[in-house]
Amino acid sequence: MSTITLHDTHNNDHHDGHDHGHHKETFITKYIFSQDHKMIAKQFLITGIVMAVIAMGLSILFRLQLAWPDKSFPILETFLGKWAEGGRIKPDFYLALVTIHGTIMVFFVLTAGLSGTFSNLLIPLQLGVRDMASPFMNMLSYWLFFVACVIMMASFFIETGPASAGWTVYPPLSAIPKAISGSAMGMTLWLVSMVLFVASQLMGGINYISTVLNMRTKGMDLWKMPLTIWAFFLTAILGVLSFPVLVAGVVLLIFDRSFGTSFYLSDIVMGTQVLPNEGGSPILWQHLFWFLGHPEVYIVIMPALGISSEVISVNSRKPIFGYHAMVYSLIGITVLSFIVWGHHMFVTGMNPLLGGVFMITTLIIAVPSAVKTFNYLATLWRGNIRFTPAMLCAIGMVSFFISGGLTGIFLGNASLDINLHDTYFVVAHFHLVMGSAAIFGMLAGVYHWFPKMFGRMMNAKLGYLHFWLTFICAYLVFFPLHFLGLDGVPRRYYAFTEFEFMQKWVTVNVFVTWAAIVAALAQVAFLFNFFYSIFKGKKATQNPWESNTLEWTTPVEHIHGNWPGEIPTVHRWPYDYSKPGAEEDFIPQTVPYSQTMHSNMPHDFEGNAESERIQREWDAANGIVREQH
Amino acid sequence: MSLRKFISNKTIAALAVIVTVFANTSAFAQEAAAGAAATAAKPIDMFPIYKSVAFYTLLFLLVCLFIAIIGKALTVYELTREAQDKPEGINWNTINAVLFILFLIVGLGGVYFEYTVHGSMILPEAASEHGKKIDQMFNITLILTTIVFIGTHIVLFVFSYIYKHSGKRKAYYYPHNNALERIWTIVPALVLTVLVLMGFLTWRSIFYKIEDPNNKPLSIEITSQQFSWTIRYPGADGVVGLKNYKLITGTNGLGMDFNDKNNLDDQMAEEMVIPVNKPVRLILTSKDVLHSFYMPHFRVQLNTVPGMTSYFEFTPTITTADMQAKVNDPAFKFLFLCSKICGSGHYNMQKVVRVVSQAEYDAWIAEQPLIINNDLRKEFNLPLVADPASGATPAAPADSTATAGKDSSAVAMNKPALKK
Repeated sequence: MSTITLHDTHNNDHHDGHDHGHHKETFITKYIFSQDHKMIAKQFLITGIVMAVIAMGLSILFRLQLAWPDKSFPILETFLGKWAEGGRIKPDFYLALVTIHGTIMVFFVLTAGLSGTFSNLLIPLQLGVRDMASPFMNMLSYWLFFVACVIMMASFFIETGPASAGWTVYPPLSAIPKAISGSAMGMTLWLVSMVLFVASQLMGGINYISTVLNMRTKGMDLWKMPLTIWAFFLTAILGVLSFPVLVAGVVLLIFDRSFGTSFYLSDIVMGTQVLPNEGGSPILWQHLFWFLGHPEVYIVIMPALGISSEVISVNSRKPIFGYHAMVYSLIGITVLSFIVWGHHMFVTGMNPLLGGVFMITTLIIAVPSAVKTFNYLATLWRGNIRFTPAMLCAIGMVSFFISGGLTGIFLGNASLDINLHDTYFVVAHFHLVMGSAAIFGMLAGVYHWFPKMFGRMMNAKLGYLHFWLTFICAYLVFFPLHFLGLDGVPRRYYAFTEFEFMQKWVTVNVFVTWAAIVAALAQVAFLFNFFYSIFKGKKATQNPWESNTLEWTTPVEHIHGNWPGEIPTVHRWPYDYSKPGAEEDFIPQTVPYSQTMHSNMPHDFEGNAESERIQREWDAANGIVREQH
Repeated sequence: MSLRKFISNKTIAALAVIVTVFANTSAFAQEAAAGAAATAAKPIDMFPIYKSVAFYTLLFLLVCLFIAIIGKALTVYELTREAQDKPEGINWNTINAVLFILFLIVGLGGVYFEYTVHGSMILPEAASEHGKKIDQMFNITLILTTIVFIGTHIVLFVFSYIYKHSGKRKAYYYPHNNALERIWTIVPALVLTVLVLMGFLTWRSIFYKIEDPNNKPLSIEITSQQFSWTIRYPGADGVVGLKNYKLITGTNGLGMDFNDKNNLDDQMAEEMVIPVNKPVRLILTSKDVLHSFYMPHFRVQLNTVPGMTSYFEFTPTITTADMQAKVNDPAFKFLFLCSKICGSGHYNMQKVVRVVSQAEYDAWIAEQPLIINNDLRKEFNLPLVADPASGATPAAPADSTATAGKDSSAVAMNKPALKK
């Protein structure tokens, strides 16, 4: 282990960009049909941000309806036309809004925008790889995603409106155009968009997995990978194993809708018209959907956990506590997430025996999540915390993960779920644990790796403003919603006006809507900061956060192939922060143990007798007595 | 390509920022504010509305400008400090650390407020036997999670404050501690095992009921459709008759098969009336899409699925009158409603539930009309009954027109939906 090779990659800023014999890049090959993982990451990120802003806008629209169900907003008619005739959103369109809000946020923002951005950016950079295993497939992955986004948005411009059966599109509602107008053309577009999206995710996922498994640089064994990579890797495995099931379900739904099959339909009478379908079951869709759907929420949260691990460790100037436990808990979550989908179906009429089984597996998955939380807290303990905007977001992420995770214990309990299922309690739960936590993980990633992506720094003070407003408002929005759920208020209700017992919650809705509006406005601080800094931000140094991982050994100026010379070799794990005996409070992964004789610890050598002997002799020669760690 | 030039062009950059920012976020938010201010009368004169939108947009821009000025002032201040070789003027690290502590304190206050104020607005105590068990388990879970919630947040924010950056200190290199990690794996695992066991046993007791021959459950069939419920009582034989969706017509809204004798005495009701302390077996079916039968006060919920019948058995323990006294609200009503998205009328699918004494129930059920009538008899080639009242339950009023009237109204109830 005491290699003495030294790679001069640190201060290598000079390059000419064409030293690999590439032909000259045009605007199209560089910015549009790029096969460079860094550019594709940026494409995913910016598309993700645009989609997030749209989905946030949709949420403001339906929050308006919830807060002021009796008021008319003529300006809405200007924008939405017949969907808001007389300035009031129609019930059909309200359902379309919640459906598309959910779809965009879950799939386009938190799956593609999060994994797509950071897996693409960091897998090659943190593992010492010149590019993805298949850059071409990577490019296709982005463009399929882009087309999926366009098709989804196009559904706003058709006469019958976008899909409106909820983001889970349960048939028969989603299968029968007569049941709701959104189930006509809009639903077809939804399904087409989803097939393209899944194809995109599979291409991405296969790429991530093969890159991680096959292309790591010399010395980068699996146990030297940063937790970000572990998270992206396991996320990709989850996606590759579960997304095809969604496609299978989607194809069957397309058949039911367009070709008269009866996979999900049976015994249906619309008014007095008896439909010919027989023998299908709507429950089948739910099984197929949630077989993806539950891993999906971990696809959303695991990258956020990985990013937070890295950001918290770097900014606490401490190794992440329990690196192995962190990895094993990620693996545990990955495996368990495949056998918990039934907890979304406790009250669907599924055999109650299954309910019991799924409750057990669901509550077991809380254990690895708890381990991760405690390990984050232990990482902060006796740290030397720098509150960069990324660090603030990572801490926010931990907070949301706790708050939202704990309410999962209620919902995972089949007996309690009877009364909480499909109420606002569920809405509050997943918006905290999967919505807010994952978004904050993503924001942490953006703030942290912005210098790597664009070679410039984001404004820290605007970052603080953005974090604090968003963090506070997210709690103000979602915390009160739990209590609506405990009062038995179901979700996806267009208005609370028809029920006497719900009317006391209208004032809460007004409060929540104002909090949501402030949160939405706070995003302007982020958007401005983001786009302004791309062009005018302060120039970044090579390693602005004094971080150990490999991406910070690449030159600030992007080049094709990432490293101008040889790819660096890795000698140590990524979390040697504040190691006793070391001069600096960080030791990059590329520094061999032979250069850090002062700070080496017995366990660093992983039982390599030769290295241990060399260290012992050096200790003896220098009169150092080393504490056994 | 002069792309670099293009990108570095400041005007374009600024324009891109402004367009992105204002075309998206603020536009929506301003609508909120503007709309709130402009509850205009018909016919709508759009000018004042546009004016107020413009006003709020300007107001927001003003706020942005204000923030920008503060930002610039801070930058200037910091640059001067730097130029004078003085230490950093504002320690943002400390500010953020203090903000975390403030957030913790205010947040704890907020949580207390939520638990006490909003917490007192939630459902009253469960009005069913199994509901009491659910409530008990809910409370145990709530106590455990609240302890963890408060505890971990105190640790999170206090650590953030205490261990904020200091140039004098170095972080403590502490990569792992297996004993500690084992503790916080095993303790949650044990706590969760307890919760799982409790949940599992309760779940089984709810769905696997052993029938008490002396207290046989009352079967009530609920059929959902967009956007109403149909309640069918089994009549004197205690059995809800067979039905087939293919028999559904304008007159036979449920598709009941009247060749099945059990159907002949089935009754339709406008509200669900159930006797207290008697088990009720709900038979849940759906005509069109998925709905969810949700009776929050009784902690009862199960989806109604087309093509599949599902069952839920529960025992109400509190009468409506008692509950009105308990919550101190004479207008209080038990309800059931739909909680699975089912279309545009999803938000208004409710029926009243009345829990009464056995005597009151007996009196009420005797008054409920039979479903069968001469139209249906014709359809099924059954012998017609001259006086419909003679076919009704003995206690039914002899006034045949009243019964017929009620009867047809029960069918008519389905008509608006049927037209769809």
